[in-house]
Amino acid sequence: MIRNEPAVAVVPQEPPPERVRRQVPGAVLSGGVLLLVLAAWQAVVRVFDVPEVLVPAPTEVLASLVAGLADGSLVEHSWVTLQEILVGFGIAVLAALLCAFLVTQSRVLDKALFPLIVMTQTIPKVAMAPLLVVWFGTELTSKVLTTALIAFFPLLINAILGLRSADPDQIDMLRSFGATRMDVLRRLQIPSALPHIFAGLDVAVVLSVTGAIVAEFVGATAGLGYVIQATNFTLDVSRTFAVLVILSAIGLALHAIVVVCNRKIVFWSAEHRTPTEQA
Amino acid sequence: MDEAPRAGTTGTAVAPADLAVELRHVHKRYTPRRSRRAPSQVVDALHDVSLSVARGEFVSIVGPSGCGKSTLLKVLSGLTPRTAGEVDFGGGTRLGTVFQQPLLLPWRTVTQNLLISHDINRRLAEHEARERAGAMLTMLGLGEFADRYPGELSGGMQQRVGIGRALMHDPEILLMDEPFGALDAMTRDQMGMDLLKIWERDRKTVLFVTHSIPESVLLSDRVVVMTPRPGRIADIIDVDLPRPRGLENINTPEFGAIVRRIRVLLNSENSAH
Repeated sequence: MIRNEPAVAVVPQEPPPERVRRQVPGAVLSGGVLLLVLAAWQAVVRVFDVPEVLVPAPTEVLASLVAGLADGSLVEHSWVTLQEILVGFGIAVLAALLCAFLVTQSRVLDKALFPLIVMTQTIPKVAMAPLLVVWFGTELTSKVLTTALIAFFPLLINAILGLRSADPDQIDMLRSFGATRMDVLRRLQIPSALPHIFAGLDVAVVLSVTGAIVAEFVGATAGLGYVIQATNFTLDVSRTFAVLVILSAIGLALHAIVVVCNRKIVFWSAEHRTPTEQA
Repeated sequence: MDEAPRAGTTGTAVAPADLAVELRHVHKRYTPRRSRRAPSQVVDALHDVSLSVARGEFVSIVGPSGCGKSTLLKVLSGLTPRTAGEVDFGGGTRLGTVFQQPLLLPWRTVTQNLLISHDINRRLAEHEARERAGAMLTMLGLGEFADRYPGELSGGMQQRVGIGRALMHDPEILLMDEPFGALDAMTRDQMGMDLLKIWERDRKTVLFVTHSIPESVLLSDRVVVMTPRPGRIADIIDVDLPRPRGLENINTPEFGAIVRRIRVLLNSENSAH
């Protein structure tokens, strides 16, 4: 009815502008810089004739990487490390979300556990790796637990912050419609927590890679961390660099998965918001 | 009519059958948890507030910030428990609240936001609720935005959805807490007119909190003037301007006289404290 009134011309009849934004060629720029650095590195190594056991040229690293992948040894070790990362990360996610839920839902648990959580935050988790190896041996378990331990805390803190980030006015709004605590949790607090949880996931997934490598340094018979130590011992520095390339590729891939999931699931978050007009 | 009722009285007497809501000697005192050692922090947000509102009446509550006008609505909606006094809903307790901010959930489409009370209460069948939401959007002039997300709407459009959300479960009383406070002047005037049209159509009881005196006079049957520290009713002013009203009413001398009367009332109360 109001629509028939000419006065309501405030409502724009034209569709809002395109959702698609013009891509800033950031990837092109940083890719170019990377290529420049690699070229400079190659040039320096060649011009000053740096020995391969000190700093190998990028081409030597590439050759070692290709050889390692071709004979399957790097693939095998990568698979071991990737398993440790994924299982450890998965355990960290489940444990952190469960703990965050308990701490935010129960005042008693919050008071009892939160100071302890903050306290354990100060322990360098890396320092726990040798203990875990002593307790659980040099097989998968100790690596998975070290990884989970390192990834757990940033995720936990972010999840707690997220579950507490719901706007109090929004809670009032839901309560004014008779929402129960469960309604508020389901319809407001969990969705509000998602952006924070994804920020935590992003940190945690990168830390998981560190966790797995550190645990392998301490005691392992396979995995990329083991390869780094072994090639260090035999002065096969090109292979060490090749492993670093694989590790950064794993980290990058995991980070990309988190980013894509974030964009799909938390589609409403600030960076995607495009108001059609100012009020 | 010129004989102003004394503070704390209910203004016009309302017959019980026509009563939408009555507050009797309502007090609200905020006592911060750690304030036992510092009693100065105790705030008397509402002091002996008595008010009767008839069914279908449009009542505004004006006053400076801190006068307890928002607290009054929160006490009515049950979001804040009262410290003392009685609240009597004669005409049913189904309330719809519109807040200063639209408070739409950004992960829900406009339609899904309208359906939030349905999702919580499930009083209607799914298809009935959806039909109602569709009709509501048409009435609000937002028909083509049904499947958009709040982030794609302007502030005024978002607040329309906020009003529609409060109307979705057909409340007996509409509580509005500075609903146009976050909008610019032009949108604000337009929204006021739209609100009047909705009100004239289905004559819901409206309690409308605002800090704009002209807005309160333009919209209301009666204006409750509140003063702070402690928050209490200074006076209740009848607005006997003919309806339907429009923005052109603002320039009439009658309108100006009522606005001036409220302003004088607020200023004298301010200097008295």
